[in-house]
Amino acid sequence: MRVLVTGIGTFWGSRVAQELESRPDVEMVVGLGAEEPVLPLERTEYVRSDSSYSILQRLVHATQVDTILHTHLIVDSTQMSGRSLHEINVIGTMNLLAAAGSLNSPVTKLVVKSSTLVYGANRTDPYFFREGAERTGPPRTRVERSLVEVGSYVRDFAADNPHVLVTELLFTNVMGDHMATPFSKALRMRMVPEILGFDPLLQFTHEDDVTGALIYSTVRDAPGAFNVAGDGTITWSEVARMARKRRFPLPPVLTGVVAEPLRMLGWVDLPEEMLDLLRYGRGVDNSRFKATGFRYRFTTVSAVDDFLRGMRLEATIGERQPSYRYEQDVESFFRHSPAVLPDRQ
Amino acid sequence: MNEPPEPAAPVVPFRRDADSPGPSGPSDLPDAPRGEATTSAARRPARLADPPRDLSTALVRVAPPTNPEPDLDQPPPPPDDSALRLGDVDAWGRSEHIREIARTLYDPLYRRWFRAEWEGLEHIPREGGALLVANHAGAIPSDAPVIMHGIETELRRPVYGLAEFLLRSLPYVGTLWSRAGGVAAHPENAYRLLRDDQQLALVFPEGTKGTSKHYRDRYKLHRFGRGGFVEIAMRSGVPVVPIAVVGAEESMPIVWKSARLARMLGMPYVPVTANMIALGPVLGLVGYFPAKFKLRVLPPVHFGTEANAERYSRSRVMEESELIREQIQDALYDMLRTRRSVWFG
Repeated sequence: MRVLVTGIGTFWGSRVAQELESRPDVEMVVGLGAEEPVLPLERTEYVRSDSSYSILQRLVHATQVDTILHTHLIVDSTQMSGRSLHEINVIGTMNLLAAAGSLNSPVTKLVVKSSTLVYGANRTDPYFFREGAERTGPPRTRVERSLVEVGSYVRDFAADNPHVLVTELLFTNVMGDHMATPFSKALRMRMVPEILGFDPLLQFTHEDDVTGALIYSTVRDAPGAFNVAGDGTITWSEVARMARKRRFPLPPVLTGVVAEPLRMLGWVDLPEEMLDLLRYGRGVDNSRFKATGFRYRFTTVSAVDDFLRGMRLEATIGERQPSYRYEQDVESFFRHSPAVLPDRQ
Repeated sequence: MNEPPEPAAPVVPFRRDADSPGPSGPSDLPDAPRGEATTSAARRPARLADPPRDLSTALVRVAPPTNPEPDLDQPPPPPDDSALRLGDVDAWGRSEHIREIARTLYDPLYRRWFRAEWEGLEHIPREGGALLVANHAGAIPSDAPVIMHGIETELRRPVYGLAEFLLRSLPYVGTLWSRAGGVAAHPENAYRLLRDDQQLALVFPEGTKGTSKHYRDRYKLHRFGRGGFVEIAMRSGVPVVPIAVVGAEESMPIVWKSARLARMLGMPYVPVTANMIALGPVLGLVGYFPAKFKLRVLPPVHFGTEANAERYSRSRVMEESELIREQIQDALYDMLRTRRSVWFG
């Protein structure tokens, strides 16, 4: 199995590449990204590219990869401007699909990491979305719009290329030590934001389950779209109580107007799509992916608990993650120098 | 945790385990799952995939497992997270604790004010899903809480009340309503409650057409929508249990209403009730007249159709819906014939 991983410069890309490296059935891993890998990797070949992957077609043919793992979709709009988000999510995916579907393409499997943001969060929603369920309102935020668009491209690609196994994984909000998501950032604050009078039901996925699900659908065959969410649901107020944090209320009307100056002051980091979640919450049915044989390590509640344990430890001993910097020369020495004996690394 | 008093032997436990989303009833019904994804579809392969028990006490050499490699795809089952929970809000937003408080507060109203009297309670199944269908009346309907309270105290089984989405978007009201067992009336929610969770769900097919009717039209049932409730019951493979309610009409009768004002305010209806005239516009919203409540549960209607079918005949659905409506209407007339007084029954 020869695998290409996009977004190697993000946590997910590097984490997944690490996991793939350790598997004997994975012959070769190519990591593509605008940034350097953020975790130490042993045999992944890093290729720098612009964020919309214009070199991808050449790369796919030159390396003869049979599997593409597309981890580089931005699901948190606070990370960047709307324009670069569109560039990465929509244009990047289009280029990727064009390369994967080109004439004589060696690609036979495509795994896309997307988000349950595609379902939105509305008053008229069912409490649990099943795969393929329609949104009940048009996407309002940029990140949702781009992910919905990506989803339709991926489905078209799957229809046009029946010989390629296409898996689209829709993840709920992630909890984990390594990830800074809007929810984890909110929980790290002195007081946790909420919308007055609303206490939504939420689901969380542990970051290990995210990696696990991506690897699972890469090494096994599970074509289709799947929701990925830890079992169970939890109310936002219960999460705050587990974190032993007080809550500060945002007004139920004109919430966005009030949140915007707070965001500009840097007091809160609340993207628009999170305000909808804090009002109505969102649930997805996770049974379809489990039916393929995938097993979760964490439930929604234990994912939150694990994150809070990490946060408490951090409060005592400070930053735990050893910082890693990719050194081009060192990496190419260990990988390609004849001085390095292959079995002594 | 507020554990309700343990009921007598054959009665179903009142509180489901907060963290097991599985049904309390049979899960291995021999019919096909709807579409590609249902929880029953997820459970069946999971059961089949269980490794055969190692019967090594017999004098048979047991072959070692063929795949000794630590299987990354099959992590151990997620830990039981019930010890981590701080609240008891279930996947539907219902909290047994809040429900218990609501029951305590509502009990005097139920027993002393409305003096609710049931007949035919034995028609409500003690286990398994069933769709309770009743007539709907009163500007702010008093029938839903009476039915829920009655069944929960008499049978010690939770009842989920399906209602208008509008409630969900009201701060505090929506949250409290949800904690007290209210669920937004989405077909997918009803299916999941009935089919996957095997619960009792209560619907009023007349909807706001029932609650907004004028006092002079009391006890004349409106159209039962387009029979959506029958289709949901068929799809879920559960019976419909019709309930005829006498008393709600007189507890808050509408004497005048304005369609124009309702349109302007974006509300389903804006009534003037006799209660408002008698008690003033504010107190009139909560002050019910002490009409005597009588409830008659009719025998369950089984459709004999296959659950999870691709589609159900429109005409059959409409016909069944009309039959149920007539049954309730006949029961109402029968009960009114023997009623001597609105206040004393």
